[in-house]
Amino acid sequence: MTDKISLANVHKRFGTKEVLRGLTLNIEKGQSMVVIGGSGSGKSVMLKSILGLLTPDSGSIVIDGQETVGLAREKRSAIDAQIGMLFQNGALFDSLPVWKNVAFRGIQNEGMNEDEARQIGKQALRRVGLGEELLDLFPGALSGGMHKRVGLARAIASSPEIIFFDEPTTGLDPIMTDVINHLIQDCVQDLGATTLTITHDMTSVRAIADKTALLYKGEIIWHGDQAALDASKDPFLHQFIHGLAHGPIEVEGQQLEAAIAGLDS
Amino acid sequence: MAALATIGRFFLGFFAQTGQLAIFIGQTLMALARPPFYFRMIGQQMLRIGYFSLPVVALTSFFTGGALAIQIYYGGNQFNSEAIVSSIVALGITRELGPVLGGLMVAGRVSAAIAAEIGTMRVTEQIDALTTLSTNPYKYLVAPRVIAATLCMPLLALVADILGIFGGFVVGTQSFDFNAAIYVQRTFSFLQFDDVASGLIKAAVFGFIIAIMGCYNGYHSKGGAQGVGRATTNAVVSASILILAANYLMTALLFSS
Repeated sequence: MTDKISLANVHKRFGTKEVLRGLTLNIEKGQSMVVIGGSGSGKSVMLKSILGLLTPDSGSIVIDGQETVGLAREKRSAIDAQIGMLFQNGALFDSLPVWKNVAFRGIQNEGMNEDEARQIGKQALRRVGLGEELLDLFPGALSGGMHKRVGLARAIASSPEIIFFDEPTTGLDPIMTDVINHLIQDCVQDLGATTLTITHDMTSVRAIADKTALLYKGEIIWHGDQAALDASKDPFLHQFIHGLAHGPIEVEGQQLEAAIAGLDS
Repeated sequence: MAALATIGRFFLGFFAQTGQLAIFIGQTLMALARPPFYFRMIGQQMLRIGYFSLPVVALTSFFTGGALAIQIYYGGNQFNSEAIVSSIVALGITRELGPVLGGLMVAGRVSAAIAAEIGTMRVTEQIDALTTLSTNPYKYLVAPRVIAATLCMPLLALVADILGIFGGFVVGTQSFDFNAAIYVQRTFSFLQFDDVASGLIKAAVFGFIIAIMGCYNGYHSKGGAQGVGRATTNAVVSASILILAANYLMTALLFSS
């Protein structure tokens, strides 16, 4: 299968801190890739680099056969047009009602009129299980779960070929987590999109991943499918998926052994 | 050694900020020059920056004009004071106080609001969302505010001029028993077109400064609510200082030649 997204030897440094250290990852067309990793492992920096919001110091990021590193924003408009993104907190525009948020791309870039935009908004909301009574509400009037679902509606409104999900279930209760996971599964299947999800929620991983990769200290140190995830004896993966305090993964900003010893005494 | 390092860090930080601001202004000018233009956004911003700033600018100017008349009357020679008060109030308001005080008041109101709004959009990833939705934030967020502020400030300064002169007129005729007709006639006979025009040119530059500093500080804010608060303060302080510095430079440029 051809790779829809391909990252090779990507490096990114902020001051003295090297966040991505030669990250290499390939995502096949139509595949649902989930990247897991602890806080500070470089997940968000990787995602922002793919989206062109950050420029890597070196390495290559190819989307649909086109190199994007160093590509000016105006020149990647064709790539941007086929990308949908669900941000961690929804990132809905506070000053716009739901229908304008959901149909934002169409209104701004395709000159869509109000009737068409509302229609697009209605369809996208229906896809994520929300009613049209929400169309005229502003984001401030929505609950956390609704915020996320409207964000998902915006991400899929233009039927993109690639969708990115940034911690899609963080901060949600278990029931809403399950709802969001199912919605992501359904949307991806309906659209046949290639997706990349970053999360540390193992429930999401099991629900939506075709393939999983573990990011640690700016490198992919393990990747495989669901069966390989359960069968793997990799000590890093084992510690992460079982949420163990002890293991080879260093907890950022904490002398873990000393902290645990302090608690025991 | 530590003192040298501190001085070095200060200057490095200063030059880095200056460079970042220059790049920001360059990006803004490019966004202003090339389509798409968001006319609806420009209209909304003109309403917010121009129309809603009218009361504060009008009141500031009215009371300043009144105070100026009192100062000139008691501070100067009270003989022939009708001519002196009316002419100095008109000159002082149109050349300096109208645009500068108006600019400072709008800087406090508008720069802070712009920095808070754009800063909140930055820390809640709304600006990243704009970019991923194929919308250039400089065109969608920055350019409309800069255009609106640059167009609205001269209009606000004109209002400030009229109300400032009116403030002087009210004090002169009510407190000092000046003849109203003579006061008005002296004001208009003394006032030149260039006096008003120079103030309006200054006001347009102040409008640009107010919007740029609000947008710049908001756009580069980081660190959550505290970062947005810092951006808001920096926007008002930097806009106010730059207005006063630009006023000095433009006064020297416009009136020394």
